[in-house]
Amino acid sequence: MIDQRRRGFLKGVLGASVVGLTVGSGLIPLRAQAAAEVANWPETAFKTPGVDATISELYGMEAAESDQISMDLPTIAQNGAVVPVSVETTLPNVTAIALLVAKNPNALAAAFDIPEGTVPFVSNRLKMAETTDVVAVVISDGKAYKATQNVKVTVGGCGG
Amino acid sequence: MASSIRVRAVESGGVTSLKALVRHPMDSGFAKDSSGNVIPAYFIKLLTITHQGKEVFVAHWGPAVSKDPFLECRFKGAKKGDEITISWVDSKGESDSTKATIG
Repeated sequence: MIDQRRRGFLKGVLGASVVGLTVGSGLIPLRAQAAAEVANWPETAFKTPGVDATISELYGMEAAESDQISMDLPTIAQNGAVVPVSVETTLPNVTAIALLVAKNPNALAAAFDIPEGTVPFVSNRLKMAETTDVVAVVISDGKAYKATQNVKVTVGGCGG
Repeated sequence: MASSIRVRAVESGGVTSLKALVRHPMDSGFAKDSSGNVIPAYFIKLLTITHQGKEVFVAHWGPAVSKDPFLECRFKGAKKGDEITISWVDSKGESDSTKATIG
């Protein structure tokens, strides 16, 4: 079963690279488009320390606490370099989700656009330097909401 | 060259669940190498998932996303057999893209 899936996957990868070669001449416009999208990357927000300052920089408003955001992350992480964080919300008309790590040098870890038709859910793996609060921000009906959960990082795995 | 992106998308009950794993160092700019020199920041900035020309998910990433990033998201409006494209651009302007069929 697993082998079959893997073969299917490999086939897909090989097929994709062949397509990539045949449309090689189309690479330049693709790159240009990518460059335009990167220009929208929230540079300043990614360089802002502190949770509230970052939310304000990113979305131009303050976030209210909400119990309609559920976060799934370990309470204790033995390796701060790879901490799985999932966020889901029942808030309506969600257009964006962001993940912030309070004690990282810059709080913003990731910001996601949620177009219409996309479920307000995301799972990602983040780095955190030390025991810290992780904050999920959700933009719903044009307003910002947040939820916070603490994760204890025990680099070295001795429970310290 | 093998793609840097591994992706699997499965449709069930009208919702497509997509899991992607990208091979990338995601250097934070805070770590040092064995001789004490700071390793410059080098990370994926933008990852985009499109279905039939429409963006269904966009991730703006910073250096705090883990090495070899994992992402899971869910979207509606696609069916089994549809093709999705997933592509990324990093802080050096390098990029990669791959296509997958929803199963």
